[in-house]
Amino acid sequence: MTHALNRPAPAHGRPPAPRKRFGTKAGRQHHAGPFTYVLLGFAALISLFPLYWNLVAASHTGERVVQAPSPLLPGKELFNNLSIAWNQVDMGEALINTTIVAGAVACSTVLFATLAGFAFAKLEFKGRNVLLTIVVATMTVPPQLSVIPLYQLITEFGWVNQLQSVILPSLVAAFGVFFMRQYLLEALPVELIEAARVDGAHSLRIIWHVVFPVARPAMAVLGMLIFVQAWNDFFWPFIALTPDGSPTLQVALAGLGSGNHSINHAIVLTGALIATLPLLAVFAVLGKHIVGGITSGAVKS
Amino acid sequence: MATSLQPDQDASPPVVLSGSPTEPKKHRDPDGWRSRLYRLDLKATPYVYVAPFFLVFAAFGLFPLVYTGWLSLQKVELGGEAEWRGFDNYLRLWDSDFFWNALANTFTIGLISTVPQLLMALGLAHLLNYRIRGRGFYRVAVLAPYATSIAAAALVFAQLFNTDYGLINQLLGYVGIDAVNWETEKWPAQIAISTIVTWRWTGYNALIYLAAMQAVPNDLYEAAALDGASRFRQFISITIPSIKPTILFTIVVSTIGATQLFGEPLIFGGSLGIGGGSGNQYQTLSLLMYEKGWITGALGQASAIAWVMLLLLLLIGLVQHLLGRSGRGKKKDGAARS
Repeated sequence: MTHALNRPAPAHGRPPAPRKRFGTKAGRQHHAGPFTYVLLGFAALISLFPLYWNLVAASHTGERVVQAPSPLLPGKELFNNLSIAWNQVDMGEALINTTIVAGAVACSTVLFATLAGFAFAKLEFKGRNVLLTIVVATMTVPPQLSVIPLYQLITEFGWVNQLQSVILPSLVAAFGVFFMRQYLLEALPVELIEAARVDGAHSLRIIWHVVFPVARPAMAVLGMLIFVQAWNDFFWPFIALTPDGSPTLQVALAGLGSGNHSINHAIVLTGALIATLPLLAVFAVLGKHIVGGITSGAVKS
Repeated sequence: MATSLQPDQDASPPVVLSGSPTEPKKHRDPDGWRSRLYRLDLKATPYVYVAPFFLVFAAFGLFPLVYTGWLSLQKVELGGEAEWRGFDNYLRLWDSDFFWNALANTFTIGLISTVPQLLMALGLAHLLNYRIRGRGFYRVAVLAPYATSIAAAALVFAQLFNTDYGLINQLLGYVGIDAVNWETEKWPAQIAISTIVTWRWTGYNALIYLAAMQAVPNDLYEAAALDGASRFRQFISITIPSIKPTILFTIVVSTIGATQLFGEPLIFGGSLGIGGGSGNQYQTLSLLMYEKGWITGALGQASAIAWVMLLLLLLIGLVQHLLGRSGRGKKKDGAARS
């Protein structure tokens, strides 16, 4: 496994520039025929339809959503549903909680991943390769293995339903370390660090004035990816935060959807919409950059 | 910069202390605190930088992992005292129909979500690699499901798959297929859950494949085209082998994800979610573990299930490692050095 991850892209494929990403190279890419557009259009439709339908369902009454020909066009109940859902499980609080958790996790992950990624990419130290292998290997450890002791721990500390019980275990991420290392390997010339050293800069200055500026694009992408992940995280928050405590959006949603049989499905789906919309808005604005980050060298092979 | 007359210990920083007469001190003590500090700085900082990761991992990853292993050998109730039981928990799993059912479900749901997902992602990446108008739109569109949470996606699909009024059964009705019982029948329910997973991850994987495809050198295609290879042939004989490491990577990641499947079946099942449906027809290992640990309160049993999952992952990882190695042989000398 480690091999698949560590292996560089085929030697001949890497050199010239990290610039060739967007459309500039005319070479191989064939022009698409109409059939390609049909297939791509179909893929986009399937990707977007459930999101659209979520909006439609959130704008009808509960009775209408569960009637046989499903509604396909938006109705008039959206704002009514929003205010009901908002009050029923305190979506407002859940929204704030989720923002706090995702923001804290993203910031700390980006910071620590950049430092560690820099060390693994550009600094010599004893045990570097062993430690890097350990980092990659930890990606395979399922969270299921730690939830029981963690749960006992937070019970002991009285942290059940406290946000720190969700934030603390996610302060760093192996994926982030690996991501930043891959980026800095190519993006940060050793000469730059050496020059700074010759000028007498100590490590903190190098980090602040050399590493961070070079790493900024990757830090932004990583931040967005981790933010999305933390926003959507479910397993551990579901255990650590109960729906009646101070849940994140995902936990609140699970609570909305799993009650008894008198659930109002329009309200449930309105909750889902509230949980999805902020991220979709981010996507609409920054989507290109996130896509660019995923398709850039940092994640590949 | 300051004096370059000295034999220049490469490690000694230039003197920047403003105004203070540092010269004599330096001569007296060429290996002074300043350069020692500097060397310490050089030596120690890498460890300082990687320390946060290892500290957090030790506290919230490694320690719990070991502790879970220890718990799996005990009889422990939620909030109660531990009592040594040896491998009793594992033996009870071996005898438990629920365990084997959950194991089989994890495997089948994993298979019917991972395989189509990665195949479709490959095809999609190939399409996205054409020169297309509005590529930005298509890329963002297929990635949109990735931004949707498990909970929201599962709630929406639970409605779409509803047996009585769901949109999918209505569509099937138009083409003359009888309503499928997506909730209570085993295979339809597993397919429905796999659909949620596939929907959320296909676009993401496609973009990862696209990145790898764009690194495939152009001349390979030109040579193949000269030899008269069709587009499809080029895809099979050039693209796929070239991005094999990436494919392997996504297989590993998706397998890990599939082994841990939890939120999708839980929420899809509504009030029956924790049991994995009315007849446990889609109870996964994670769900069983949650049920044992937090509903029944048998933490020892739950810990044993967690450890079985780790062993499974190690086994799968080993198999994939061997597969990846055997397929690589020839190309290795070309690509081994970076």
